[in-house]
Amino acid sequence: MSLGKDLQHVATLEPETIPSTFPKKFPRRDSRLARLGENLRLVWRVLTSNRKVAIGSSIVAFFLLVAIFGPMLAPYDPTATSRLSETPPSAAHWLGTTATGQDIFSQLLYGTRSSVFWGFLTGLLVTLVSVVVGLVSGYFGGIIDEILSLVTNVFLVIPALPLAIVAVGYFPKGPLTIALVIILTNWSFNARLLRAQTLSMRSREFVTAARASGESVWRIIFFEIFPNEIGIVAAAFVSTVIFVLLAWTALEFLGLGDINTVSWGSMLYWAQQSDSIFSGLWWWFAPPGCCIALLGAALALINFGIDEIADPRLRSEVSEHVPKELKEKAVT
Amino acid sequence: MRHLLRRILFYLFAAWAAITLNFLIPRLAPGDPAAVLLGNLQSRGIHVGSAYLKAIQAELGYNTGDPLPIQYLDYLNSLLHGNLGVAVTSSFEPVTNVIGRDIFWSLGLGLVSVILSFALGCLLGIVMAWKRGSLLDTILSPLLNFLSAIPYFWMALLILYIFGFELRWFPLTGGYDELNVDPGWTLDFIASVIYHGILPALTIVIASVAGWMLTMRNSMITTLSEDYVLMAKAKGLRTSRIMFAYAARNAILPNVAGFAISLGFIVGGQLLTEMVFSYPGIGYSLLQAVQNQDYSLMQGIFLVVALGVLGANFLAELSYTFLDPRVRLERSA
Repeated sequence: MSLGKDLQHVATLEPETIPSTFPKKFPRRDSRLARLGENLRLVWRVLTSNRKVAIGSSIVAFFLLVAIFGPMLAPYDPTATSRLSETPPSAAHWLGTTATGQDIFSQLLYGTRSSVFWGFLTGLLVTLVSVVVGLVSGYFGGIIDEILSLVTNVFLVIPALPLAIVAVGYFPKGPLTIALVIILTNWSFNARLLRAQTLSMRSREFVTAARASGESVWRIIFFEIFPNEIGIVAAAFVSTVIFVLLAWTALEFLGLGDINTVSWGSMLYWAQQSDSIFSGLWWWFAPPGCCIALLGAALALINFGIDEIADPRLRSEVSEHVPKELKEKAVT
Repeated sequence: MRHLLRRILFYLFAAWAAITLNFLIPRLAPGDPAAVLLGNLQSRGIHVGSAYLKAIQAELGYNTGDPLPIQYLDYLNSLLHGNLGVAVTSSFEPVTNVIGRDIFWSLGLGLVSVILSFALGCLLGIVMAWKRGSLLDTILSPLLNFLSAIPYFWMALLILYIFGFELRWFPLTGGYDELNVDPGWTLDFIASVIYHGILPALTIVIASVAGWMLTMRNSMITTLSEDYVLMAKAKGLRTSRIMFAYAARNAILPNVAGFAISLGFIVGGQLLTEMVFSYPGIGYSLLQAVQNQDYSLMQGIFLVVALGVLGANFLAELSYTFLDPRVRLERSA
């Protein structure tokens, strides 16, 4: 079982508990660059050592590239209408046109930018809120923890999407409203996760040492404890982005977003409004959904891969692909 | 018992929080929702009775000089009397009537789908963990992972398009054949309901099964390496007995414990599914409420959904306490 434990440490990226491959070092201010290089190497190892993580991150990287450069490659103005309405995919219009003759391929490229940008940004903000609540709650304990945990648990059991629909309905339509409402309704799950982790970390030696040396509470929480939870936070961020993407497109699909901007959700809204299904316009509603599903699956794949690195028993392949040095360590 | 009491108190608190959120959201909004609602009423040329006007005011905090605490008491009072305002989209029926009519469709669809997906997910997870590394495990795992990343409503669109529009195997909209069948406990009606419910249920099952399955698979793998499973194998017990009575029985606990989070997500997905299929449940009413800015109906539906999910979670937790003696003994000691 020592094999499993070793891998678990690599996966959660806790620098002071990785025994063989990454020798324990005291943080020195002058070697920041070296530490950065070491961290990047570690990230690269995690990315390439597991097939699921590798495939997932490649797809995510592809979508990020499309989000950045896609609109430059778009053959048409995504909102420009034309007389060529409801044409199926052709050489001129790769994914066909909408009921008003807009080019769907161009819409998809522009929509990727909007959806990916807001998805990742909101995901980041949701994670930020859960980190602050989780760490503060776990570190302080006592009455602060009681109150924060209660609020966290309440938000955990109140269904997020209905609450989001009702809340968005009252406020001015636009991405900012959706982002705020999604933050409000989705932070609780990871906050609980991080609280539990912080609780177990609070009594470790390095925290006691930091406290004894007179470091301020906020410094201990965010500069001593937080870096040790970065692996869990990263995994939490990945799964949060999936939830955010799903919630975001759902709200836009209902017409609660800014329906005049081009995004995956608003494309689906217009497709639904024009009864694209009952006219058989599959090329209209299929592509945006495919993109959401593909990006979501890629993100989920990354998380499954991380889980497998953390707990090799979960792997589907029986012959385990284990880094050589860890294998040797397990034998000895 | 102390544990149980704590949980009851927590759920009461959560219910209060949901009710209060429902009260606060319209009042925090920058515009004047009640004015929009009343404008909406008047533009349809319908005079609103003073009782309803008062209910709307109490509910949305419109045009009342009362301070917030008094409004809050008014709101709680009208809730206690089962007054949720009127639904503009449904020709001014009381919201409670609309929800009361829709809720059976939603409950029926939801219960059947959740039970099916839970059972199917657990079963698949058990088999996948048992035959780890087999073809089934290596193919099904990434496939279901892909399915779980698909938005419910898009899955619904796709299923509706393929099975409803292209193949014409199933009806496109509605909860039963309104032209040919009268509602009632007749065989025709029940058959029609089932026929119309298959696609929505299929959507929910496909979209939600992966979560149950993966949790089951992972916790099953952990229990399979326990000594008592080895012992059972050594005793020469039947495979099915080891699988279900020994390993799966203990592995199912995380799935029951994770019910709370999953259920909220599935219910949200079900609302979207109903919207796409024009299924006569509360999801479809919610869509109409959202599109027509029918705030009373929106809030009533949120309240019912939130309280329903809280209740279901409480039941799940009760069963968890019942299933896992550790929870009972640890807390009450």
